[in-house]
Amino acid sequence: MLLNQFLLLAAALFCIGVYGVLVRKNGMLVLMSVELILNAVNINLVAFGALTDDVGGEVFALFTIAVAAAEVGIGLAIVLLMYRNRRSIDLSEADLMKG
Amino acid sequence: MNALLAAALPVFTEGPSEVSSVTREANWFLENAFIIPLLPAISFLLILFFGKRMPKKGAEFGIAAVGIAFVLALITGAAWLDHRDNFDGQLSESPATGIEPAHDDHADDGHADDGHEDEGHEDEGEDEHAIGVVADDGSTSSDEVALAVEAEGDGHGEEGHAYVAVQNSTQWLQSGGIEFSAGTLVDGLSVMMLFVVTLISLLVHIYSTDYVSGDRRYTHFFAFLSLFTASMLFFVLSDNILQMIVGWELVGVCSFALIGHWWEEKPNSDAALKAFLTNRVGDVGLLVGMITLFFAAGGGQTFDTLSITNTINQGGVSHTALVVAAAALMAAVMSKSGQFILHTWLPDAMAGPTPVSALIHAATMVVAGIYMVARLYPVFWEGMQIPGSSINLLATVGAVTLVGAGLLAFVQTDIKKVLAYSTVSQLGYMAMALGVGAWTAAVFHLFTHAFFKANLFLGSGSVAHAVHSFDMKKDMGGMRTFMPQTYKTFIIGSVALAGVFPLAGFWSKDEILVGTGGWGIFGGTGGPGSYTFHLTMGMIGAALTAAYMTRCVYLTFHGEYRGGDHGHDDDHAHAHDDAAHHGDPHESGPRILYPLYILSGFSILIGLVNLPPGFQLVPESWQERFLHFIEPAGASYFPAVGHATPSWSLAIISSLIAFGGAGLAYWYYFVKVDGLARSTGQKLTELPNGLVTTNAWARAGHKVLVEKYYLDHLYTGIIAGATKGPIARAANWTNTHLIDGVVNTAGETAVRTGRQVYDKIDQGLIEGFINGSGRVSDATGQELRRINSGKVQNYAAILFAGAAILAGAFIVILAL
Repeated sequence: MLLNQFLLLAAALFCIGVYGVLVRKNGMLVLMSVELILNAVNINLVAFGALTDDVGGEVFALFTIAVAAAEVGIGLAIVLLMYRNRRSIDLSEADLMKG
Repeated sequence: MNALLAAALPVFTEGPSEVSSVTREANWFLENAFIIPLLPAISFLLILFFGKRMPKKGAEFGIAAVGIAFVLALITGAAWLDHRDNFDGQLSESPATGIEPAHDDHADDGHADDGHEDEGHEDEGEDEHAIGVVADDGSTSSDEVALAVEAEGDGHGEEGHAYVAVQNSTQWLQSGGIEFSAGTLVDGLSVMMLFVVTLISLLVHIYSTDYVSGDRRYTHFFAFLSLFTASMLFFVLSDNILQMIVGWELVGVCSFALIGHWWEEKPNSDAALKAFLTNRVGDVGLLVGMITLFFAAGGGQTFDTLSITNTINQGGVSHTALVVAAAALMAAVMSKSGQFILHTWLPDAMAGPTPVSALIHAATMVVAGIYMVARLYPVFWEGMQIPGSSINLLATVGAVTLVGAGLLAFVQTDIKKVLAYSTVSQLGYMAMALGVGAWTAAVFHLFTHAFFKANLFLGSGSVAHAVHSFDMKKDMGGMRTFMPQTYKTFIIGSVALAGVFPLAGFWSKDEILVGTGGWGIFGGTGGPGSYTFHLTMGMIGAALTAAYMTRCVYLTFHGEYRGGDHGHDDDHAHAHDDAAHHGDPHESGPRILYPLYILSGFSILIGLVNLPPGFQLVPESWQERFLHFIEPAGASYFPAVGHATPSWSLAIISSLIAFGGAGLAYWYYFVKVDGLARSTGQKLTELPNGLVTTNAWARAGHKVLVEKYYLDHLYTGIIAGATKGPIARAANWTNTHLIDGVVNTAGETAVRTGRQVYDKIDQGLIEGFINGSGRVSDATGQELRRINSGKVQNYAAILFAGAAILAGAFIVILAL
């Protein structure tokens, strides 16, 4: 069974995604990193689904993809608006919520 | 628990003498009468939301709804006629047991079902009402019919069929073991009211499309006409006293809105307020009376009208309770039905548009009080001790009203006010008839009066439409040449009102006079009591009615036209078509005239529906049709009202008296005034050297009448003034001496105590604590705000860190 390889791939993707989310200044790249995280999860779901011979994993993966599509739509809209308002999508400059 | 508790109480209506006169299964139209008020109610909403967008500004909704309601009322009436004579279906158990909560009990359920099957009653579909329908174990329905027929034998029936009302009610809500139901009660009285209200409302709707055309609140006007019709129909169909109160108040609100239709002018909105506030006075009485009935006769368990009247009729209620209830309800009748001394709002209510006056103040709303008495008649029958006596409050108030208001009609110059006082006077007749025990006569007079008074009101509106004023003395006169059709219909209405044979008013008025039972000396008696005083007042009233109507007809239609040469006193919002009306007034259009023709026809013929039993000119089967179909004779919820025997001598003498009154007025106006006016060429409305100007006593009497018996002064000046002044002074004294003293002492004490508390407790203890906590939270905040950098990625880092910690903890826990 190739489960371990899949899990390692997913873990690697997840870590890259988290790194990207935490470190990159560019909003677009952060969004792409989020996609990495989500797809890491998808790989896990499909892998475990195949292992237990259960379609539930694939179904959940499909749900995740659908939700991710919606999330990307909103995320892109936010980035676009941010660009319109500030002429920049640098996240380190966006600190209006500072307490 | 409640059910058990209530079941433990004795069910007060059960007894061997119980005879039920209610059914729940009858003709479809009788069962589903609720549709009739529903239609105008729907029309009200439609007009409100869509009226302005419709081609006829919403009038079409009102006319269609009321028209259909009228047709339904006709069919319901026909169904009732059939039901009255041919009904032999199954009777309900006494309505009072409708609230018997024993059926919530499981033990009882089986028992009730057994009874069901044994008798083979077919009331599937009615099972939701099973609590009301289930009969007692032994008694079969045929037994009950037999009992009812027997009871009728004592009363007035000869046809052999019992009078069975049709009730269809549904549970609205249940609270604390009391069932609040909503439903319809259809019997002769309500069927008659359905007919009257829908017919007159329909004619008024049609009339109004012309009369108020171009008004700025045309749509609003029709919306309220619909709502008013719906409320009145709701009121007359209500099967419990709670619903009656709701209908009563709805009617009051609608009258407020319609009287104040032209509220931009102060007198109009004042009149609306006066109508509303005067009615509030009576409404307090209504509430008190209904609550008394609920506890005394409803046993604190039911609001059902029939079970309450049933219980009273079987003698199950103490006399004291009934006296209280009847007296309290009297106040309601006095305000709503314009009885002396609370009648003062009714003439002022003429500030509303004329169709409204016809609808509300002649035919429907003001008879709500009369209807209420008729509906709850056992309360008054026992409470006022009507049978076998010769004086009681209800009859006397009615008698005083009918003469007092009749006199006031003589000094009015406003044609609508003449009619308004005439209405008050005729309502006095009805109240008096109810008071002397002539139930059918009262209801019959209500019925006939509705037609000829609506006729007169609409006729006066037709005249006012032409001359733009209601002032008979300034702006009318000689109208018969300009408006011959209106003149004819107005004459028919006046003659009917005056009680001339054989028009409608004659039959009903004569029946009331007979019903007083005061005609003992000439034979023709046998009424429930012997009310000689009331008979006299009724005779005087007949003469007054004929006389003031003669005066009104002369001032409006005869003599010479007095208007036209001065500015229009246009209180009637028709400025837009003033231009078209300049010059001589002319006859009104067909939408005004046709309702007048129809009402005139009714004014002539409608009296024939209740020919007296001694009237030998017609076959016996034509006599007393109204009484047969309307009066619940022999029904278990209606007292055994005796009927006086009509007498030719009384009919002839009362007619002569009416002719005498009319003749006197005719002599004064048509002969003397008219003659003088012709010979001098002046426009006269009174004799310059009449009794009022020459005789001091007559002048004083005239003054009293013009001032309306000083009742308005009494209410606003003396009662309101006298209570206002002393109360204000007393309140002021109390304020400065008593309350200020207390307040000052309390204040000083408080200041001293406060100083101590401030120094010791506040500054020392509490301040320290509060400052301490403030400092702590400030320091915490300073530290914590660093985390709140505003940078999304920092937050994400914290989130991931938290997730990692949780995951670690999870693994550790799993490992353990």
